[in-house]
Amino acid sequence: MMLLQLAAQTHPLAGSVAEWVWLLPVLPFIGFLVNGGISLISAAHVGPSDPDMGHADDHTHGEAQDISAGEDHGAHGDDHHAVKPHRYAGIVSIVGPLVLAASFVLAFAIFSQMRAVTMNVPFIQTYFSWMPVGSLQINAAIQLDQLSMLMVLVITGVGTLIHVFSVGYMREDPGYPRYFAYLNLFVFFMLVLVLGANYPVLFVGWEGVGLCSYLLIGFWFSEKANADAGKKAFIVNRIGDFGFLVAMFLLFSHLGVLDFAGVKAAAPGLVFGGSLVTAICLFMFLGCAGKSAQIPLYIWLPDAMAGPTPVSALIHAATMVTAGVYLVARSSFLFSIAPVASLVVALIGGITALFAATIGLKQWDIKKVLAYSTVSQLGYMFVGVGVGAYTAGVFHLVTHAFFKALLFLGSGSVIYAIHAAYHHTGNHEDAQDMRNMGGLRKYMPVTWALMWAATLAIAGIPPFSGFFSKDSILGATFERAGHSTLADSSLFGIPGSTLLYLVYVFGVAAAFLTAVYMTRMMIYTFHGPNRTGEKEQPHLREAPWVMTGPLVVLGILSVVGGWLNLPEVVRIGRIGILDGWLDPVVGDATKRVAEVAAGEAHQAASGELMLIVIAVAVAIAGMAVAFVRLKPQTLVPASQSPEEEGFERVLAHKYYVDEAYDAVVINPTYQISKRVLWRGIDAGLIDGLLVNGSSALMRGFGWVGSRIQSGAVGTYAWVLVVGVLAVLGAVTLR
Amino acid sequence: MEAILQSIGYDAWVLPALLIIPLIGAVVLLGLGQAGGNDAASSSSNGNARVIAFAVLLLEFIVSAGLWWSFRPAASGWHAAVDYQWIPMWGIRFTLGIDGISLMMILLTTFIMPLTVLGSWTSIKKKVHTYFALMMVLTSGMLGVFMARDLFLFYVMWEVMLVPMYFIIGIWGGERRLYASIKFFIYTMLPSLLMLVAILYLGVHAGSRGVPNFSYDYLVAHPTLAPTAALWLFGAFFAAFAVKVPMFPFHTWLPDAHVEAPTAGSVILAGIMLKMGTFGFLRFALPLFPGASMNPTVRATIVTLAVIGIIYGALVAMVQPDFKKLVAYSSVSHLGFVMLGIFALNLQSVQGALMIMINHGISTGALFLLIGMIYERKHSRLIESYGGIARVVPVFAALLTLVSLSSIGLPGTNGFIGEFLVLIGAFKPYPVFATIAATGVIFAAAYLLWAIQRILFNSLDKKENEHIPDLNWREIGLMVPFVIVIIWLGVYPAPVLRRMEPAAQKLVTTVEQGAKMAGSRSAPAVTALVAGVPR
Repeated sequence: MMLLQLAAQTHPLAGSVAEWVWLLPVLPFIGFLVNGGISLISAAHVGPSDPDMGHADDHTHGEAQDISAGEDHGAHGDDHHAVKPHRYAGIVSIVGPLVLAASFVLAFAIFSQMRAVTMNVPFIQTYFSWMPVGSLQINAAIQLDQLSMLMVLVITGVGTLIHVFSVGYMREDPGYPRYFAYLNLFVFFMLVLVLGANYPVLFVGWEGVGLCSYLLIGFWFSEKANADAGKKAFIVNRIGDFGFLVAMFLLFSHLGVLDFAGVKAAAPGLVFGGSLVTAICLFMFLGCAGKSAQIPLYIWLPDAMAGPTPVSALIHAATMVTAGVYLVARSSFLFSIAPVASLVVALIGGITALFAATIGLKQWDIKKVLAYSTVSQLGYMFVGVGVGAYTAGVFHLVTHAFFKALLFLGSGSVIYAIHAAYHHTGNHEDAQDMRNMGGLRKYMPVTWALMWAATLAIAGIPPFSGFFSKDSILGATFERAGHSTLADSSLFGIPGSTLLYLVYVFGVAAAFLTAVYMTRMMIYTFHGPNRTGEKEQPHLREAPWVMTGPLVVLGILSVVGGWLNLPEVVRIGRIGILDGWLDPVVGDATKRVAEVAAGEAHQAASGELMLIVIAVAVAIAGMAVAFVRLKPQTLVPASQSPEEEGFERVLAHKYYVDEAYDAVVINPTYQISKRVLWRGIDAGLIDGLLVNGSSALMRGFGWVGSRIQSGAVGTYAWVLVVGVLAVLGAVTLR
Repeated sequence: MEAILQSIGYDAWVLPALLIIPLIGAVVLLGLGQAGGNDAASSSSNGNARVIAFAVLLLEFIVSAGLWWSFRPAASGWHAAVDYQWIPMWGIRFTLGIDGISLMMILLTTFIMPLTVLGSWTSIKKKVHTYFALMMVLTSGMLGVFMARDLFLFYVMWEVMLVPMYFIIGIWGGERRLYASIKFFIYTMLPSLLMLVAILYLGVHAGSRGVPNFSYDYLVAHPTLAPTAALWLFGAFFAAFAVKVPMFPFHTWLPDAHVEAPTAGSVILAGIMLKMGTFGFLRFALPLFPGASMNPTVRATIVTLAVIGIIYGALVAMVQPDFKKLVAYSSVSHLGFVMLGIFALNLQSVQGALMIMINHGISTGALFLLIGMIYERKHSRLIESYGGIARVVPVFAALLTLVSLSSIGLPGTNGFIGEFLVLIGAFKPYPVFATIAATGVIFAAAYLLWAIQRILFNSLDKKENEHIPDLNWREIGLMVPFVIVIIWLGVYPAPVLRRMEPAAQKLVTTVEQGAKMAGSRSAPAVTALVAGVPR
């Protein structure tokens, strides 16, 4: 690959291992090519040379059919005939995780190099010119800075663990190579997303991860619900992408640039809080709301649980869905001069955090609980980046990647165990419904312990990681409510200060509910009596080590992740590591929002302590409420459970939001398109009235028709050819 | 490469050669067909016809490919120009030449044509010789349109292209082929005749001493028309091109023609012939009548129709039960983007429009070929007669998914580049229209993903679909070039963009300056004519 490194020569990273940064995404892409090739080659049965003949003779192809028949059923499949691993499962199991591990090792090497030098400007590598059109010059370029490095470490690190886990989880699936091909491709696009040096390249990754999400949600595509969920994810994301596109158009038509460095340099020229920068940020946030599942576009994420569970862990919890948070942090130079847009971000984040947490209270599907929990936690992150505490938002992104990946993989282990047990006895119960679980602690002690660690982390119990990150968001919100550019602005006439206090209250309330629903999930899954079934109980057992191994690593990270960024009041180690690390990227923007002068020190330690006490008290209260109120002994298996009533039913049906969208948006669009546009305007008005309406025209049809049917086309063709030749000949043979 | 081409005097003969090679092929095919008896032709004779057709068009592609290297983007003026006396009495000359725009259109044509022959390999069973001979004539006609620098010659080529397509739909088409072919013929013929009148008027008006002048260069350089006349003449050109594009609301011939045409007909129609309309705007309607086309009312009307077309085409595509019709309506949507790009008239938007013209040819051509392949197996175009077949035909499924993604403009595929450039360019003069048009990306995802879900995914619930054979080597082989181009143009379109940029820039400058001059001559007359529509 040709490296055009003009400006980079003087950069401290020039000539170092960082020059190999392009290899980070290329490695997973190689994995995709290998696994995709294996998948396609092993599935393909090339047809006969004349397809029309082949169709008439079905029997010759019966053999081909038998082989591909089992293609779609995996861990969730209903078929109970013996499933053999894919014949190339061995090589796929090596290539899939290996490319990720290699990418992680390289990332770590570059990271070490970055720590060794001081760099205040990003390391930008330009490879080739992608879209050169006059004043629009978009390059295929990579930007390496502290923020993208952090994201790369999370993506490749957590990604490697989840790939390893997948080897155990998906090994018996007939679509095993296809699964790893998609997963590798996802990591490729995710790395493009975080490494791209301009908005369009970021957008390639942005839509690319959406594509992989689509393919993986619909991985078991033979079930209509799964295919529907994939399509829904893609289309809802596209609504967000529309916003992102418009944001780019605004940037280009007013600033004339689309690369981060250029926009950052031009941003100070924008009017502070002006309508232009506000519009840019709001359109961009529409994109974030789509990708990161915020109100009103969150609806795709719970359905996305139709995909294999490791996919939920990697894509729909740890990495892809946090891309919106990354985008806001990446664009902090814009959001920090758009206080109204930032207020909207924080407010939507706060409302989403609370709203999704309430739905999480009444879900029975273990993955749905975690899905709404993810929506809720993403809301927290947006509160963080919304109030201009960019590091806090990214900090929660990182710890959430640890504990939520652990929770999803843990739930995967549970589902795997229940499914295997039902598989043994030929039972067709739902392996994801918590009413069919209970008492699993006895059978799966490792998973139990690790999931408790993650639960304490997400509930915000010190000293687990989630406590520190959530607290830094809530603390920042409270602080900004008192004094910041956001507090000074207003939205719909309501002072920003009031709104931020409201967001803080939402955050605390959501923290309480988080503790409740997570404890509920743990109690119903692991404690109390087992409800899986008499016959199934002997078959319940811990997952193999290839699956629990990654869980252990994530468990450790979930516990100690908080040390990444300790607050001043908790002096149990080095303070504010992440603050310092990200300072070159988001430091200026953070100070601008907080209205802290460049040299001014951070204050308000006493207030902070009180906030911490409140947060911890709320978390403990939530867990206590769950322990006291919930009675796992009274639960009955899913098949015998009655429907909820009253408000509980509203919660169980997720406030009927999907139904409302169907009735208000989707159905009318479809019906209008069909009845008014197609049947009415196209067939009725234009064709019926204007085109065919003229009877003279119809007679003309008849006349010309009689000519064409004479059958003497050969004659016409001759006339035509001779005519054209005569025309040409008149010139050339003159 | 350049040295080799120079040593054989490539530039001097390539354009006439590209016109003549297919016609020689047509003569050979028709001669063979007559010798073998047209209807009673043995299968080996039919096989020969296919091989000859493929060989001729492959040769055509190879000959044209040299243009990629011999073309120098930086040089101004016409490349590989040829100029002969033809009918001196009427001032008609045989003048050929290409710029960056026609270069890419020619390469698109010669790229697609041999692949459509491969796509028609087994599906065409009657009058095989004549069928391929007509495809040859069609090739010459289309290439002639892209090369012509004499308005009369252009018109001749325009009609030469129309007739074979009429027969291809009318004879080898589906059940309602007669209706479709006649609708196609009349729909496109009537406005073409208007354009002929306009061309004659232009030629006579520019003539001297009783001899008309149809030279394109002369007419562009000497805009002496009165504004009112220019507006009427623009209207005539507009009618011919808008139907061909097709712009909403002149599009209703397209779904019928597409659905009834044989696979190759649909591929050529969508892949190449629709571009004749937009090419006509770029080459003729705008540079010849800058004042009229940039008249604020005219421009606003066309941009509005383009944006309506984008949304309308997508929404109507969404509810089609017939997959071919769905793709036909999606063309209305895509070509709406092209029209928006052309009339937004800046470098980005015009370059984007050109990219979509190429991309739409590639992606929609590939889509129609894939539909043709599955149709040959199952004899149904209805979406509901499939479902879950990805299990049975994985290669077909992978290809259909990839091509669909390129059609909905996924970044990394060709489709994204064009739409992005059109929208980012159009956003400058028309922020609101561009924003509305950008919602097209949502609808595009909706209609295509929904369609491929109902075809490829969901449960395999129809017994008869369990034994559909997957693609054979011929079919896989003919799709490979499409896949390569889809990825190449998505990842590294810069060589294409660079070749087209001077021509696009020249167009923008010419039209902008021409409009300014026309405006300074007499703006009131123009606005008087279109009065009633507020500015």
